[in-house]
Formats: sequence, C-alpha cells, structure tokens
Amino acid sequence: MKKRNIIYTLFVLISSCSKDITERDMEFPALKPASLDINAGIWKPILLTGPTEFPLAAPIATTSPDYIIQINEIKSSQASMTTAEKNAVKYWSAGAVLRWNEIMRQLVAQHNLPPYQNPDGTYPFPSATNPLAYPLFPFANPPYAARAYAYLAAAQYDALVAAWHYKKLYNRAAPYNVDPTVNCLIPKSDLPSYPSEDAVVEGAAVEILKLLFPGDQEFIQAKAEEHKRARLIAGANVRSELEAGEAFGKSIAQKFVTRARGDRAGAAAGNQTLWTQMEQQTAATGQTPWISQESPKRPPMLPLFGRVKTWLFDSLTMVTTIRPAAPPSTSSQQFKDELTEIYNYSVNPSREQVRIAHFWADGLSTYTPPGHWNAIACEDFIKQNFSEVRWARNLGLLNMALMDAAVTCWDAKYLYFNPRPSQIDPRIKTTTGLPNFPAYISGHSTFSGAAATILGHIIPGRAADYTNMAKEASTSRLYGAIHYRSDCEKGIEVGNKVGDYAIARARTDGAE
Amino acid sequence: MKQVFKKIVCGLGLLLLINSAKAQTDIDGVMMEKGAFCVGPMYGHSSWKNYWEGTLKRDNANLGTVSTTMYNVMGNYGITNKLNVLFGLPYIKTKASAGQLKGLKGIQDLSFWIKWKAYSKKIGYGRLSVFAIGGYSLPASDYTADFLPMSIGLETKTLSLRAMADYQRGSLFATVSGTYIRRNNIEIDRTAYYTTEMHYSNEVEMPDAASINVRAGYRNKGAYAELVLDNWTTLGGFDITRNNMPFPSNKMNATRIGFNGKYPMPFMPQLSVVGNVFTTVAGRNMGKAISFGTGIFYVIDFSKKEKKGSSTSKN
Repeated sequence: MKKRNIIYTLFVLISSCSKDITERDMEFPALKPASLDINAGIWKPILLTGPTEFPLAAPIATTSPDYIIQINEIKSSQASMTTAEKNAVKYWSAGAVLRWNEIMRQLVAQHNLPPYQNPDGTYPFPSATNPLAYPLFPFANPPYAARAYAYLAAAQYDALVAAWHYKKLYNRAAPYNVDPTVNCLIPKSDLPSYPSEDAVVEGAAVEILKLLFPGDQEFIQAKAEEHKRARLIAGANVRSELEAGEAFGKSIAQKFVTRARGDRAGAAAGNQTLWTQMEQQTAATGQTPWISQESPKRPPMLPLFGRVKTWLFDSLTMVTTIRPAAPPSTSSQQFKDELTEIYNYSVNPSREQVRIAHFWADGLSTYTPPGHWNAIACEDFIKQNFSEVRWARNLGLLNMALMDAAVTCWDAKYLYFNPRPSQIDPRIKTTTGLPNFPAYISGHSTFSGAAATILGHIIPGRAADYTNMAKEASTSRLYGAIHYRSDCEKGIEVGNKVGDYAIARARTDGAE
Repeated sequence: MKQVFKKIVCGLGLLLLINSAKAQTDIDGVMMEKGAFCVGPMYGHSSWKNYWEGTLKRDNANLGTVSTTMYNVMGNYGITNKLNVLFGLPYIKTKASAGQLKGLKGIQDLSFWIKWKAYSKKIGYGRLSVFAIGGYSLPASDYTADFLPMSIGLETKTLSLRAMADYQRGSLFATVSGTYIRRNNIEIDRTAYYTTEMHYSNEVEMPDAASINVRAGYRNKGAYAELVLDNWTTLGGFDITRNNMPFPSNKMNATRIGFNGKYPMPFMPQLSVVGNVFTTVAGRNMGKAISFGTGIFYVIDFSKKEKKGSSTSKN
C-alpha cells in the first residue's frame, strides 16, 4: 500500500507543478512620464498642416451636472471593479502608444504566413475586400509590416501633437484633481486630461488597423473598449474626455488612411508580365537573374514595393543619393568568393551561429524584423519615462525610418534582381527560412542599419549597443546561409543613410 | 541451458516518435535478472512525406521527404530480479529531400528508467505481472528545438510514470501500459514568439503528454515477435496554422501500429538481434511516418556466482 501511495504522490507531483512563464510585456511598470512635454502642441506634425487643422470643441464645465454624472460613473465603476478590469487597468497603465504597438506586432505575427498554392501551382493573393476567405488578408510580410507600423506610429504622433495643443489650450484637470474623492489607480499626472491622450491613441489605432487588418475588427474593437474602460476605471478620464479623444484620433488618422490608399503599396505585388520582365531585364545585362527556390515557384514578394511613397525623403533622393551601386557581378571572382564563404557557413554552422541566425530570423509567424526593432525600442523607451506624445514621436521616427528602409531595400532588390546563394550553389542548405525575393541588399541589414541609427540618436547611451545589434542581425543572414557579405554590408550602409534622414527630422521637429 | 536463456532475455523495444525521435526501451514485460547487463547499439530510420498540419493531411514540396536517422546505445541492468535500470542515448540526424532547409544532427536526450516488477502471480493458465516504471530524460547536447521539422528533438526534460500489466500464457502474451509524461518548459533562441498569441519570453510552455501502448504476440526462451499499437497524445498545445511551420509546443499526436521482434543467436544465446517496423495511421501536427529499426544486444552476466537466483522471467 505504501508503495502505491508513493507512486500516486509521484504522479500528482509530476503532473501538477506550475509551468507558467514570465512574459516581459506583462511586467511593464505604469507609465510615469519624466516630463509632461506640455508644449508638444508646437512640434512639427507629419501630415497635418498644423495642430488646429482638426478643430476640437471645448470640454463641458467641471461644474456641470453632466460632468458630475461622469465623475460618479468612475466612482461606481471602481466600486464594482472585477479582477479582469483590475488587470486591464494595470495592463493599459504601461502606456497607450506602447500597447497599441504591441497589438500591431501580434496582428503582424498572426498574419505573417505566405498563402498556400492553388491546385494548378499558381498562388492566390489575399484580398482586402474579402479578408476572411483563404488566403487571409493580409500576408503581413516584412514590407507590409514596416508600412503598418509606420502608419500606426505616424498617425498617433500627429494626433497627439494636435491633442497636446488642445490640452494646453483648455487646461482641463484630471478627474482626481477636480474631485479629490475620485481614486486614481495609476500614477497621477498634472497633464490636462481633455482630450484623453489614451483615447486619441486608441482612436487613431482603430482607424489605421481597420485599413491594415480589416478581418480582425472584433479583436481590435475589444481591445479598444477595454482600453477606454481601463482609463475610466483608473480614474484617469471621464467619459466625455474619452469620447472626444477617440473621435479626434479617428479624424486625424483618416488623413493617414487617405495617404495609405494612395501610396502605391496596393499595386506592389505586380503581375506575371512584370515578374517575367524583371527576370529578362537582368538576364539581358549578362547577370544571372533571381529565380524563386520555392516549389511550386512563388511570385517574388512585392516587387513594386520600391515605388511606395516614402516619409523622410522623396523618390528622387532615394534613387540618386541612397540607392546602392550594383552588387558584384554574378560572374566575378568576388561573387565566387562570397559564395564560397556562404557555402562554408552552411556546411558546419556552430551552435552559436545557429543561435544568432534564429535570434534574428524573424521569419514566418513572427512580428518581422521591423517588429523586432519595435520590441527592442519599446523595452528601452519604458526605462526613459517618455510622455505619450514623445513615445509616439520616437516610435514615429523609428517606424518611418523602417518603412523607408523597406522601400529603399526593395527598390534595390528588384532593380538588381540578384540570385540567392542556394540558387547558384544547390549544395547550400540554410539554417533559417529562405526568403522568396532577390538577395541584394539584405532586408534585415537595411532595417537594422536604419533602426540602430535613429535609436542611437534617441538614446545616445545605447548607440554602441544598437550598432552591435544591427551588425549581429546583419551577420545572422550570413550564418543562415541566405545572403552574401555584400548584401549585408551594403544593407547596413543603406540603412544607416535612411536612419540619418530620420535624425535630420528629429533635430528639427521641435522636440529636442 | 535453461539458466542461460533466462539471462539473455533482453527486451528492448523501440519507439520512434516522428518529430521528437524519442527512443523508449522500458515498454515491455521483460526483466533482466539480477546482475545481468544487456547492452547494444540500435539503428533506426523514420521518414515521412505527408504530415498533418493540424488535422489537415498534406505534403510539402519544399520539404519533400523528411527523414530521421538514429544511432542509439541502450542498456538494461538487473539490480534485482524485480528492479531494473535502463538507459538510452541516441545520436540523431535529420534531412529533407527537397527545399533548402538544412538537416541537423547531434546527440539528443539521455533517458533513464527504473523498472519495478511490483506484482506477479499465476492466474488461470497464465501469469499476470504488474510493473511500475519511472523515467527521466534530459537533453545531452545543446541542440535547438525551434527549427522543426529539422530539429533533432524537443529539448524538454521529461519525467514519466508508466503503469504496465503483462499476461503470459504458454508462449503467448499481451502487455498493456499507460504513461503520463511531464514535460518541462524549454528555452528557445528567440526573445518572443507567436503561438495563438504573442509571448514575450524565450521560455516555451510545453504541454504534458500521455501514451498508451498495447502489444501482444509470441514470447519464448528469449525470442519474441509482437504486434504493437501505440498512441501518443499531447495534453494541450496548439495546431500548426495554415502553411506555417511546426513549433515545439504544438499538439503533436500519433497513433502507430507495428511489429517488433527479437531473436537470440542459437550459437551464442547472449547475443540477439532485434528489429521492428512501424507505420503511423493517424496523427495531428506530426509526420505520417514509416519507421524501422534494428539492433544487436549482448548480455553480460555480472553475477556468475549466484546461479540459483529465482527466475522472474518465465519466458
């Protein structure tokens, strides 16, 4: 009997120990800005002509019966707060811009899957007008993701700059400052609370996400409702501040939606005629053109993304100043040497090389390299105690740089249509997924070069770390055996140039 | 002569799980006698062209046929006639016949079992034996689990507890066992990953698993031939989404049937050959694998002096 008890106890022991994991995003502290940035209303917007382009009516008086009703709504909500609501208050207290950036990263990861082929070996394309039919819209690949993060951050930035203008203008005190009997469940702030900065961020996010992830409305709306409710229960905003902020954010985001509809990304997939033409043009120059290594052959990823409208410079500047020179000829000795280098990495990669390749892979079903740099940036920004408007400004700079890096990189990829190492030497096997587009220049390197440059400007104390991280991200593609050294080195160089344009903007936007 | 046969009953079955290529050796109703040590190398090969993406059966022209080759060293030592310890240490190599993904190779997991024959009684015309088996396994090298289907294993440390009953009548037998496998969380090379939502951690929660194994056939004088039905069910985990790659914490299930046999060399009864073949008949987030294995085992007797030890292996 004793033995049986021992076995039973063992069984209970081995099956019941907790496996809960600690997730970093659940440990983020409540946002407590070091500065209110009260004059951010004069910062330079991205698309708005000025902070008053969209008018915002004055708030109702704090002495009005309606306001008192709204104060009481906070009090009764706090009295009947559920555990879920308490958790939501804690979750959203980390910061509105931060949390919506994370939500976008989750949507990107969920949608970052290439469509399965048709029975005839062609590939279907996701459709924005029918997002729930397979293949689900969108296929959130790196250029799509870079564009998504950029529109989200840029729209939130402009909306917050305008909101800050009206905050200062109307100077409405927060509910707990108007009525000291209102509990504040998050750090108190002297920032005027009309319009609610959280609702501005949420409203802008909902509008942008509606465009970019039209099939995920239910999820997005649930987050939006939770966000607004968390602010109300926290005692940070009364209902009318939230409603005004949400509507304001949505209006301003519309301007970005209009830009997105006309930025040529919708036509970036091209068609068979174009794909064939790109291959033939490269062959005509005597170079070996890129060929899809997938089976069945998949059309190249977004070949016209290089023509998408950029943020930080115009297309002429891109072509004349930033575009890299041609890669080593596929018949040159340098090309052969670089190919040999990759073959050697592919034969016997060390565990450390595999680790680095996987750490930076950011392939299928991930938030992509731009998402990785957003995650890196956000975890560092948290320690800086930025105000919401500065969060949006810094993420705006980062993500405009990342999207412009995507455009510049894709321009080079399809201009040169350079083959991958494993196309030229089929003995080369890869320790990470082989991307389905030309090699030169490396997307990871371009993204990382751009991100490291602007982040090093935002947090100078980390500049050297960012440079090293970018270098490692770039080298990871050599270890993975999917890029030549020229792709990576030129990618970093081009990325750094793109990042410099973001720094130029940062120096003149009024925030420094 | 009878004594010799008792010593060479070295029952090392083989279970090749498609994705994790796990070897298990504790799953039969055969015990080593006190002081006897059975050890030997095994070779295994498993391959699949079709696999289940969630519940959808498909192939993948970018993988072709994925094959796993295994070289395993296994052993079984009799501490007493009723208490055995077993171990296994496989070297594994994977390969895809199409596409660009590089196969991986390395030493996988070191496994230990303690096998206890808790009960044995003549019932009717045969003998019923009941066993309890505890197992532990841990990665024996720093391989990566997060590169499926090319990874050589899932990197998780496991604790398993198996209850097993064996009934033998004459040369015919049947064995039934059920196992609960506690699987520890693993750490991958990334700082964030997506399952059905984002996780900002390098730690992956690994669902536990359960396994049922039924085998029956002929067993006599150190030789056996058996049919095996085996089911592995992951208690949790998520399905591979459409056209995605597998992930270590997927809900990996498989039901397999197979044949397993062992034959002692008549000229040298301490030496025996084993062989098996399995096919996967149902699965989820797993390859529809066909596998075979073969090996040679040799029994070394460390207890020459106590020849009259009571037999617990009525084979």
